[in-house]
Amino acid sequence: MSTCFGNIRSVAKRELSGAVSSPVAYVFVVIFLLLSAFFTFMIGGFFERGQASLASFFGWHPWLYLFLVPAVGMRMWAEERRSGTIELLLTLPLTTWQAILGKFLAYLTIIAVALALTFPVWITVDYLGAPDHGIIAAGYAGSLLLGASYLSVASFTSALTRNQVVSFIIAVVICLFLILCGWPPVLDLLDRVFSPAAVDFVAAFSVMTHFESIRRGVLDLRDLLFFFSVIFFFLFATQAVLRARRAG
Amino acid sequence: MISVSDLRKNFGAKAAVDGVSFRVERGEILGFLGPNGAGKSTTMRIVTGFLPPTSGSVRVGDFDVEEQPVEAKRLVGYLPENAPCYSDMTVSGFLGFCGEARGLRGTRLKGAVGRAIATCFLEPVAHQSIDTLSKGYRHRTCLAQSILHDPPVLVLDEPTDGLDPNQKHEVRSLIRRMGRDKAIIFSTHILEEVEAVCTRAIIIDRGRIVANGTPGELKGRAGGAGAIVLRAADRGGAALRPFLDKLEGCSAVELLEEQPAVLRLRPKDASAASALAARVHETAVREKWKLVELRIEEGRLDDVFRSITLPDSAPGQKS
Repeated sequence: MSTCFGNIRSVAKRELSGAVSSPVAYVFVVIFLLLSAFFTFMIGGFFERGQASLASFFGWHPWLYLFLVPAVGMRMWAEERRSGTIELLLTLPLTTWQAILGKFLAYLTIIAVALALTFPVWITVDYLGAPDHGIIAAGYAGSLLLGASYLSVASFTSALTRNQVVSFIIAVVICLFLILCGWPPVLDLLDRVFSPAAVDFVAAFSVMTHFESIRRGVLDLRDLLFFFSVIFFFLFATQAVLRARRAG
Repeated sequence: MISVSDLRKNFGAKAAVDGVSFRVERGEILGFLGPNGAGKSTTMRIVTGFLPPTSGSVRVGDFDVEEQPVEAKRLVGYLPENAPCYSDMTVSGFLGFCGEARGLRGTRLKGAVGRAIATCFLEPVAHQSIDTLSKGYRHRTCLAQSILHDPPVLVLDEPTDGLDPNQKHEVRSLIRRMGRDKAIIFSTHILEEVEAVCTRAIIIDRGRIVANGTPGELKGRAGGAGAIVLRAADRGGAALRPFLDKLEGCSAVELLEEQPAVLRLRPKDASAASALAARVHETAVREKWKLVELRIEEGRLDDVFRSITLPDSAPGQKS
């Protein structure tokens, strides 16, 4: 068991060192911080709301992640395949799962760092008013789960192809589907055509509905279960793809 | 250490490996020869567990590569074709990762990385980023990775490809040295390398083994093997010929040069070549020829290689 974690840790460490020595990690963190500040204060109307909450901050995360997470995750397997290092990685005494989890955790760390660096927003809102810190903490947790879900999608699409651009586009499309099937304008549209039960069924697949309820501070087991099952599903799909491509 | 039995691998309808079986024990260095696309790399990828076979099995040590992949991979060091490396890492960082992934920690890891760097002559670039390295250094970095954990089994896919003659020589002597207590498979296009390094060679063509033996045995299969060449300084070739024609066991005499005389004798039977050479010598002494050269031709490995892997040769010819 300890070798299992050790293996995951070695892979994660390698992947992180690769990401840190290339511009990928920095570009992701900086762009994420710039855009999240821009959307929160300029477009989200943080001040105009007059509320001591980070609703305008977290509300943009599904859209920010939509492009940024697939961009940071697209090299995960595609790059290994292109450069041939996948042959090294998969002939080391590791299981495929350990490699997948190691890589996944490495990129999740980058997302977590970017998210942690948004702390000035929290300080700002605390300075200006008296926010509910529990809700904000829940918002951060929800945001990380959201990022992790997109990352698992990126892991899957990255394993599909050696071309990073193709991997990026497919990941964005899948993530967009996960957003749109619960976005109120789309749900309204569906509501006119289908029965409420059918609309609820579609909405249940959306990260939006689950993310919304977590960031309101409602930590429902079902929402957590949803995110974990999305992550597990796409990581499992990654493993299936790697296995299938191995078989030739 | 390595036992491959009836290995097959299909890519779609094409059979890349078609019923390959061989064994390699400790202390053996097996050379893998064959034209491009013959199935060498595919076989090596299956042995190292990177590709699963369509059918057949590979055992490394006591482990079946498909059933206990992690245990089997622990015993193997692998240099893939084209020597891929994580180019965003430094040489020592890369080796450190490989060592860690192989379960080495702390001082053992440090020692192993240091030894591998020294063995592969990487000291000058140890702290350099891999993407700034020349091809030779990059290649040796990947080689260092394969010997890092001192594995009992080494699988090297074209270990001397892209190296300069000095580096080639270094790598060959390294392989020879390691071959004393390891089981090594290596593939190459360079036939002198097989003679210089291998204890045994396999020629593979279109996914099948077409020859399997020591380099000496393989050379014996060359068309010219066993012929006797003699050179005499003081006589014309035509003057010597009648004597040689009469010798027992000689099937043909060719005149290669008239002055100074160089002639080639073909024995009736390749195994009788040395007896025939002795008779040539007796004749020369009796007739007082000034003999300056007398040798039995060994046969050339590339002749053998060409004759069994050319498309018009009979396929499936086994030794």
